[in-house]
Amino acid sequence: MKILVPVKRVVDYNVKVRVKPDQTGVDLANVKMSMNPFCEIAVEEAIRLKEKGAAEEIVVVSIGPAQAQETIRTALAMGADRGIHITTDDAVESLGVAKLLAKVVEEESPELVILGKQAIDGDVNATGQMLAALLGWPQATFASEVEKTDDGYNVTREIDGGLQTIKVSSPAIITTDLRLNEPRYASLPNIMKAKRKPIDAKTPADFGVDIAPRLEALKVAEPAKREAGVKVESVAELVDKLKNEAGVI
Amino acid sequence: MTVLVIAEHDNASLNDATRAVITAAKGIGGDIHVLVGGEDCGPVIEIVKGLDGVTKVLHAESPALKNRLAEAMETLVLSIADGYDAILAAASTTGKNFMPRIAAKLDVMQISDITAVESADTFVRPIYAGNAMMTVKSNDAKKVITVRPTTFEKAGDGGSASVETIDAPAPAAASEFVSEELSKSDRPDLGSAKIVISGGRGMGNGENFAIIEKVADRLGAAVGASRAAVDAGFVPNDYQVGQTGKVVAPELYIAVGISGAIQHLAGMKDSKVIVAINKDEEAPIFSVADYGLVADLFTAVPEFEAELEKAGV
Repeated sequence: MKILVPVKRVVDYNVKVRVKPDQTGVDLANVKMSMNPFCEIAVEEAIRLKEKGAAEEIVVVSIGPAQAQETIRTALAMGADRGIHITTDDAVESLGVAKLLAKVVEEESPELVILGKQAIDGDVNATGQMLAALLGWPQATFASEVEKTDDGYNVTREIDGGLQTIKVSSPAIITTDLRLNEPRYASLPNIMKAKRKPIDAKTPADFGVDIAPRLEALKVAEPAKREAGVKVESVAELVDKLKNEAGVI
Repeated sequence: MTVLVIAEHDNASLNDATRAVITAAKGIGGDIHVLVGGEDCGPVIEIVKGLDGVTKVLHAESPALKNRLAEAMETLVLSIADGYDAILAAASTTGKNFMPRIAAKLDVMQISDITAVESADTFVRPIYAGNAMMTVKSNDAKKVITVRPTTFEKAGDGGSASVETIDAPAPAAASEFVSEELSKSDRPDLGSAKIVISGGRGMGNGENFAIIEKVADRLGAAVGASRAAVDAGFVPNDYQVGQTGKVVAPELYIAVGISGAIQHLAGMKDSKVIVAINKDEEAPIFSVADYGLVADLFTAVPEFEAELEKAGV
């Protein structure tokens, strides 16, 4: 079985982003970039399925600028087998990404695609579901546990009220939630080895997909600031303030 | 202009998030129709047809819709999508699950998790965990939108919509429901509670959450947690407040032993009043708290409960 894992290069999750003064976006100059944390979990899950003998090959694909190749190398160093880099300097929306991925799926015929549930830059949470719809495949989103069965997967999903388990037949789309696994660090020998693993270079035009954005960002602003309040000296003072000043209890 | 709102429910009652979505739909303008798809979901129809602002309720019954899995919802919504200019659902785990499938099939880019409606095609949504707010204009003919329920008022009752029964077509691809393990609690729902008290890594273990629960019961509050506390296994996943967990905006939010990572702040900073109890006075949570108490939580929280009792709360 072949698993396809799309990965995205995003602002590192430890970076506090700043909005540009002219409100055209956030300032990404000289900011540390990393693999989207949910994508890392997706790569890890694919590797674990391979280690259990449930998969033979893991192909990672990334859509983005030249530096997205580093993100692919990271996945290769973790244990993926080869990469596909669809190079573009344009910001591609979830819909465009899903259309490109649908073409990659057509070429590669994986039986499983594992994606992060959302990227921590746009926070859209849509690519996996869109890809599933375009392919006509079933989906298991927000996975916290994946079990391979004879004809598909049993997936436990994190939902608002607790946990839900569903069964999907193969081929399928799975999107990862935080607690699915803890991604490994790549070892130095594996980082060296990853340098020799192949990465196929493509462009959106190779797939004949229109990735023109549908949404137009008119403005990016700072969220309303919350001022720090007061420190209270005692629990009694706290209760008094909540009751008589804020009136919330 | 006609807007379709997809109801969130459990076949017996309507989730309050849908009321907030209806308010967002009013901001777009035009007639509002609400689609209720489920199995034996008659009680939900009764509630929805009385919602203020709703002109028509579409009722679809099918065993395939019992758990509102994404594949079945996709086919159902697509079967009526032609008649609508905008399709809205709550940005809950249910809405987030099926809405992008509909957007993709309609060749539309979804507008996720909106917090404000500027006009029929322009919306505000958080990006980078709420560290930036983007005003975005959609150039798609049809809008597919998920709505952050906490930022919109809840539509009240007082309407009298007509009800139309529609067919539920069989889904093209199917997933199968196996089981659900829902947290059982007599406390209010985290997403809609007026008061929320959350514990963080500082709680040390799951048993220690008992002191928080005592306060919650006195205040009629819901109990939440930071990601650190959930990752450490202190409490179940559905307690998580934060960027990737639940976004809450209660009247009163009490953060106990929570340092205040950006990730957590993204999920609670729109609360009306924030209280932080933490022994580390440098903790970032104090920068958003209206009332901060620098104290050891294991003495402060029981004392808080006792003081509340004394104050007759």
